[in-house]
Amino acid sequence: MIILSSLDLVMAAVLVCLSAALTHVLRLATAGRLMIAATRALVQLLVVGLLLKLLFAQADLLWVAAFAAVMLAIAGYETLARQRRPLTGVWGYGVGTLAMFLSSFTVAVLALTIIVGPSPWYTPRYAIPLLGMLLGNTMTGVAIALDRMTQTAFDQRGVIEARLILGQPWREAISDIRGDSMRAGMIPTINGMAAAGVVSLPGMMTGQILAGSPPLEAVKYQIVILFLIAAGTTFGTVGAVWAASRRLFDPRERLRLDRLRKSPDGD
Amino acid sequence: MRAVYTAGPRNVLVLGFQFYHVHLVHTFSQHRAGFSVNATTKDRAPLLRVEGLRHDGLQAAAFELKPGDIALISGPSGSGKTRLLRAVADLDAHTGDVWLDDRHYLSFAPSEWRRKVGFLPTESHWWRRDPKTHFNTPPDVEMLARLKLEPAALTRPIAQLSTGERQRLALLRLLENEPEVLLLDEPTGSLDADSETRVEAEVKRYLKARGAAALWVSHDKAQGQRLATKRFIMAAGRLEAR
Repeated sequence: MIILSSLDLVMAAVLVCLSAALTHVLRLATAGRLMIAATRALVQLLVVGLLLKLLFAQADLLWVAAFAAVMLAIAGYETLARQRRPLTGVWGYGVGTLAMFLSSFTVAVLALTIIVGPSPWYTPRYAIPLLGMLLGNTMTGVAIALDRMTQTAFDQRGVIEARLILGQPWREAISDIRGDSMRAGMIPTINGMAAAGVVSLPGMMTGQILAGSPPLEAVKYQIVILFLIAAGTTFGTVGAVWAASRRLFDPRERLRLDRLRKSPDGD
Repeated sequence: MRAVYTAGPRNVLVLGFQFYHVHLVHTFSQHRAGFSVNATTKDRAPLLRVEGLRHDGLQAAAFELKPGDIALISGPSGSGKTRLLRAVADLDAHTGDVWLDDRHYLSFAPSEWRRKVGFLPTESHWWRRDPKTHFNTPPDVEMLARLKLEPAALTRPIAQLSTGERQRLALLRLLENEPEVLLLDEPTGSLDADSETRVEAEVKRYLKARGAAALWVSHDKAQGQRLATKRFIMAAGRLEAR
C-alpha cells in the first residue's frame, strides 16, 4: 500500500483552493462555503483518524459503544437539521434517532456476529466502519422520509381531514402520504444498489482495492455491505415514518399539525 | 338519608369515568328523569345534545337537535361558526360534552363518531383522480340529477370540476355514510339559485328519510326563513339562540 505524505495532501488542497477561486471569479457565492466545508472535512477526518487509532489500540467494548453512541447522537442531530418541519419536543430528535438506533445497530450486530465474524465481534476495525456506513445511509433515508412526511402532511391537511371526516381511521387517512414518504426515503438506497459497479464504483470497495485487497474479495464485502444498508435503511425509514405519523394524531384521531415546528420561513 | 344513599353510586360512577366531564352524570340523570315523566315518542328526544363546548375562543356552546331539526347558524366571519362545527365533529381538541342518542361522544371510536356526525367543510378535498373513486357505491343518475349534476361529472378529473360541482358531489359523498347529524358549513356558498334550492331539498329529503338533523351555517337570511326550525347567532365565539 502506498502511504500518502503531507505534501500529497497539500497538493490536493491546492486543487480545492483553485476551484474556490474559480467559483469566486464566476460570482457563484459558494467560494466561502466551499472553503469552510473543505476545512471541516479536513479537521473532522483528522480527528476521527486519531480517535480511531486510539480506539483500535484499545479494542474495549465500552469504548466501542461510546464511540458508536457519539456517532448515533450526531446522526440524530443531522436527521433533525435536514427536516424543514420536524416534530416538536423530544419527538423531533427522538423518532429519527431511535429508528436509526434500532435499525443500524441491530443490523450491524447481526452482521458482525453472524456474517463477518471477527473475534471478538466488536473488534473496532470492523465494527466502527460497518456501523458508520449503515448509519450514514440510514440517516439519509430517515431524514428524507421524515422531511417528506411532515411537509406533505402540512400541505395536505385538507385531504387528511377530509378522509377523517368521512370516517377513515387515521392509518388510512395518512396511508398514501406514509407510503410516499417511505418510498422517498428508500430511493437513494435502491438507486445506489442498481447503479453499483455500472455507473459508480462504491467507495468502500474502491478503498479496499486501493489498500491492496484482491478485487473479488473487495466485491464480496461490498455486496454484503450494500445488502446490509438496504435492510438497515428500510427498517429505519419504515420505523421512523410509522412512529412520526402516529405522533401526528392524538387518541381521538385528530390531525395535530401543532405538533410540527414552524418551517424556517415562519409559517 | 335516602337522597344521600342514591347519590352515592352516582359519585362512584363519576370517578369511574375520568374522561367524562363531571356534569355528565348530572345532566344524564336529569334527562332520564325528564324522559320517564314525560314519556313522549322517541322522535321527540334530542338526537344531538351539546353542552359546555369550548375550544379556541369558543365560549361554552350548548344546544340540542331533534330529528328533523335544521338549526341555522349565522354570524360574522371569524366569529367561530366553523370552529363550533369542527369541535362537534371532534376534529379539534375541545372540552365539553356531546351526546348522540344519549351516547357520549367519547364512547364512540373517533372514526365511528365522524361517520355519524358528518361534517361538510366549505371547501371540499379529493385525493383520487375523479369523484367516482371516492364512493363505495357511486350515486345513481337519479340522485345526481336531483342535484343538477351530469353523470359524466363522476368520472371527470377533479381539477376540471367547478367549485359548485365539487361541493354538491362532496355532499353526496358525505350522505353515503348515512350520518345521523349533518354539520354543513355554507353548503350552498358557491351555488347558483337553482342548485341552491336543489341542495336544500336534498338535505331536507335526507333528514326526513333518515330521521337525522342538521346544523347549517349560512349568511343568507332568506335561506334561514326557508329552512330553519331553530336559529342561532354566533358572535365573538358566543352562540346564542334567536
